[in-house]
Amino acid sequence: MDRVASRNKKSTGALLLNGFVQWLKDNLGIIIALVVLCVLLSVNPITQKSFLTMKNIFNVLRQISTNLFLACGMTMVIILGGIDLSVGSTIALSGCLAAGAVVRYNLPLGAALVVGVLVGLFIGICNGFVISKTTIPPFIVTLATMNIVKGLAYVYTGGSPVRVVTKEWQFIGAGYIGSVPTPVVILIVVLIVTTLIMNKTKMGRYIYAVGGNSQAAEFSGIKVSKVKFFVYAYSGLMAGLAGIVLASRMYSGQPTAGEGAEMDAIAAVVVGGTSMSGGYGKIGGTLIGGLIIGVLNNGLNLLNVNSFWQYVIKGAVILLAVFIDYIRQENKDKIKIK
Amino acid sequence: MANNVLLQMKNIHKTFPGVYALKAVDFELRAGEVHAILGENGAGKSTLMKVLGGIYAADQGEIYIEGKKVEIKSVKDAQNNGISIIHQELVLVPYMTVAENIFLGREPMKGKFVNASKMYEDAQQLIDSYGMDIDAKTMVRDLTIAQQQMVEIIKAISYNSKILVMDEPTSSISEKEVKFLFETMRTLTAKGVGIIYISHRMSELAEICDRVTVMRDGSYIGTRVVKETTNDELISMMVGRELKNYYTRDYQTGGEVILKCENICDYKMVKDASFEVRKGEIVGFAGLVGAGRSEVMKCLFGLTKEYTGDIYIEGKKVKIKSPSDAMKHGIALVPEDRKVEGLYHIQSVRFNSTIEVLGEFIKGISVNRQKEEDITQKYIDLMSTKTPSMEQAVGKLSGGNQQKVMIGRWLATSPKILILDEPTRGVDVGAKSEIYAIMNNLAKSGISIIMISSEMPEIINMSDRIYVMCDGKITGCLGHEEVTQEKIMKLAAK
Repeated sequence: MDRVASRNKKSTGALLLNGFVQWLKDNLGIIIALVVLCVLLSVNPITQKSFLTMKNIFNVLRQISTNLFLACGMTMVIILGGIDLSVGSTIALSGCLAAGAVVRYNLPLGAALVVGVLVGLFIGICNGFVISKTTIPPFIVTLATMNIVKGLAYVYTGGSPVRVVTKEWQFIGAGYIGSVPTPVVILIVVLIVTTLIMNKTKMGRYIYAVGGNSQAAEFSGIKVSKVKFFVYAYSGLMAGLAGIVLASRMYSGQPTAGEGAEMDAIAAVVVGGTSMSGGYGKIGGTLIGGLIIGVLNNGLNLLNVNSFWQYVIKGAVILLAVFIDYIRQENKDKIKIK
Repeated sequence: MANNVLLQMKNIHKTFPGVYALKAVDFELRAGEVHAILGENGAGKSTLMKVLGGIYAADQGEIYIEGKKVEIKSVKDAQNNGISIIHQELVLVPYMTVAENIFLGREPMKGKFVNASKMYEDAQQLIDSYGMDIDAKTMVRDLTIAQQQMVEIIKAISYNSKILVMDEPTSSISEKEVKFLFETMRTLTAKGVGIIYISHRMSELAEICDRVTVMRDGSYIGTRVVKETTNDELISMMVGRELKNYYTRDYQTGGEVILKCENICDYKMVKDASFEVRKGEIVGFAGLVGAGRSEVMKCLFGLTKEYTGDIYIEGKKVKIKSPSDAMKHGIALVPEDRKVEGLYHIQSVRFNSTIEVLGEFIKGISVNRQKEEDITQKYIDLMSTKTPSMEQAVGKLSGGNQQKVMIGRWLATSPKILILDEPTRGVDVGAKSEIYAIMNNLAKSGISIIMISSEMPEIINMSDRIYVMCDGKITGCLGHEEVTQEKIMKLAAK
């Protein structure tokens, strides 16, 4: 009895270690890229003093948290073989409505946050409903909701930000739990929950199955439409969460918030090694992808690079990262065929 | 003219990792003949044709065309040497016209622009010269499959090909269209073109082919003149051993009726199908492609939702409107096209083996990894699947091992009724024989098996009873002691 128990315990520990080693192996290329980027920034005379400070590191993590919320949902969506373009607009609407709930309707803070998250969930459910019940491509469906939601945010706000000046409002985006920024704590929770869903639940397996071969999934008796519905709802939920965190950090709900955020999220997912054709990908990779983009942004700012050029550099880095991965895959296949 | 040797392939060798795909294969094609290549799946027919077409490079061996030694290293080389291959899957662009497809990549030009009027004129002339009733301006997607095949042939011929390879051209066209295809082939051979014809249908040999070469397990077995050989001789050449040893089967009369279907009708392909299956029986479903066999099973498995008719399992009437309903009643279906309908290619053998039974080791967020591996290993052993490890991506396994993973996946659900749709398609000879032995054991252990198969010897040797379908109807039922190929064909082509 004892022996069995101890063996089991050992094997959980071993499994965790194995998981970590596997994660290192899977993401070796981008982990090296991230480390190189960090080393460069910490030896560069201009950024040396500012980069490796606790304040700056937390700052970077705070900034990338919204992108990584979206990217967690987006990883699921892309593994499913879909795409969700509506998450950027959802940030705006959920932030505006949450801020509005406090300022215009005097709801307590907690209720306002719930409103924001539910707005995201609702948009996700709408996407999920249409995508799972019809064969309209997700690209088109979410392109439409992207515009609808963005429009609604402008309509609700009349185009100007909804300012919130209470101190408590800032807690979720700009505050701290202990000495750790609140969004970073939330991010850790989100990463764990998403990883658990993908790796430990039936739903996770079904997502890989549908993304890998949806017709086979149908033949397997998997309720494909249920899986799709869940994934888009989850992505919406994540966008709602990102919306309130961002609105809190900016002291206001802004209809222009989250513009292009869906593209940053897709970039993090793809740099993280998830296949755009579905069926393959890991949250662990997305985390590194998001970190690379975040550190790069931060570095370019510290180096005082013109913000117009920042776009060019960011684009080039994304292309490079994906290109390296492509070469690696090519070589792997070649060895196998030979 | 008829004895001019057009093509000679000598001592061709080709290996893939772990597989000796071609072993010292010789092949000869004369001008003006139709030369069939026969062999089981995995015998090396298509590998040989890919070597000829420049898709694979041979490790060793020589190719002579009209007596001259040639090097074929690319598809372009093959084309330049007058070789055209018409693949089983059509490769026309659906949203372009017939003429655009024929001249794709070599459009007649007028300065910098495509000379459209000349292109359509030339194309129409080509089409007319083969007596076909197709307008060169039609969009390819508006043509029937047979017409598309004709366009492929014309395209191939327009390269001035002397050697034409046709890979199972009749597998998806109707009898009338087959006649027309054969006429076209005769027109071509009269002009001195040599045709290499790959087909599984023995009945077509006598009708269209002059000679036949048999391959088995990557080796050249022999060449015969069609008129001087018999089907039996060819089959024993193909299989290489007595059929009796190849199939393992202890026939059973079966126990009580476990499944009874009455008047199944899906308003498309299936018209009023009624049949029953007993415990421990292997029931074959024979018929031509498109007779509605797979469609009946799709109703039974809940993949088709709009159907009428009654299904009784162990005497109780049941409602099956989704695969999960079917699974609840102990039905499992291994689909016809495992690549499209079955496998998760980039996922591991473990993932693929356990996807139906996740509930047995995943509770909420706790995964019992040990149990998962035990289940996987159990079915790897039971099916004697050859895989380097259970983490191997299933897409990298051979066809036979992929099929074993598929069958194992469904056996894990402990089915009472196992439906196997073309269980040995694309499976090599050795694995085939193993699958037959496993089916026999399963039936003995009390599982009822429904097997759809288009391979006559397989269905005749493995089934206790055979239902024959034609045009969506069940046209007859034959017991194993009375069944012959002729009886099946009579019922299948009613």
